[in-house]
Amino acid sequence: MLAGFSAYVMPIIFLLVIGYALIKKIDIFDAFLVGAKEGLKSLFSILPALVGLMTAISLFRASGALEFLTLALAPLSKPLGIPAEIMPLALLRPVSGSGSLAIVSDILQSAGPDSMVGRIASVVMGSTETTFYTLAVYYGAVKIKNSRHTVPAALCADLTGLLAGTWICYLFFR
Amino acid sequence: MMGYIWGGMIIAAVFFGVIGGQADAVAEAALTGAEKAVTMAFSLLGMMCFWSGILEIAKRAGLTEKLARLIRPLTKLLFPKLSPDSPAVSAMVMNMTANFLGLSNAATPLGLAAMHELDKINPTPGTASDEMCMFVVINTASISLIPTTVITLRSAAGSVDPFGIILPVWVCSVMSAGVGVIVAKWLGHRRQRGRLSC
Repeated sequence: MLAGFSAYVMPIIFLLVIGYALIKKIDIFDAFLVGAKEGLKSLFSILPALVGLMTAISLFRASGALEFLTLALAPLSKPLGIPAEIMPLALLRPVSGSGSLAIVSDILQSAGPDSMVGRIASVVMGSTETTFYTLAVYYGAVKIKNSRHTVPAALCADLTGLLAGTWICYLFFR
Repeated sequence: MMGYIWGGMIIAAVFFGVIGGQADAVAEAALTGAEKAVTMAFSLLGMMCFWSGILEIAKRAGLTEKLARLIRPLTKLLFPKLSPDSPAVSAMVMNMTANFLGLSNAATPLGLAAMHELDKINPTPGTASDEMCMFVVINTASISLIPTTVITLRSAAGSVDPFGIILPVWVCSVMSAGVGVIVAKWLGHRRQRGRLSC
């Protein structure tokens, strides 16, 4: 039942948004086109980064280096119950948005989107942010040099995302 | 930072490829990897456009302000030292709402505006205030209504249940944001007590 619920979220949002906008007499199709163009622009703006990173990850996997890294990280991930394949994602997630997107896509294609590993990768990706990028942009804008406890607190949140993402998937999809 | 990671990955790949006698596989991966990126971008294109369109409708209909009003009471807990009507709190609320809806193009300018407001009332210029730490931590924890990109990637990879992760993502992001907020509060307090005692 819980899994079924997720499928209703998106259609319900469509209904709410379009219904409310019609009541408010918004020119919805015009708004839609403007927004869709925005979406197009933002996707094209990350395309160069995706090409660079997807290629690097493909090389990394084909050479056996990814397997080596995964094996090397296994002693760290095993006691926590995290599948070793998730560890490269966990390491890259706070640093690079396009990089982690490329890894998730790689995991979904190699392990399958409905495998446990694929689901965990999806949940971890969906519930975390590119921590260091956000930090750099926000603090850079107001010239803050000393970010005090921001990094430890933000990394605690990321670690929670990783652990909770894994455990929740084991609970949800057994 | 990214330069080192990217360069390191490629150098490691070539190194491992040559050692393991997989040089031809590595060369081939360069061709297919670049192609995969384009295929992936194309698979994301339709959904990104459609969802951004829906979000623009929501924005114009004033749903963002409506949601912001719901989030406002939370700011008393998160930023007890700031008045709920201050310009800093208003900007932060709008930023959090935009992030929640997935309006990342709108969220960043709002977040920067909030940082400038917080900087005006920062007693220690150059060093982050408790409020700044809390705000940035909340931003890095990302609570969003629909993880559109991941759902689309899943569907492109042939998932029979691309939406199934929505509920787990909600639970997980609330937990990670909760831990971020608690740790930020705790470390803020500890630092303050330290300063008072000396």
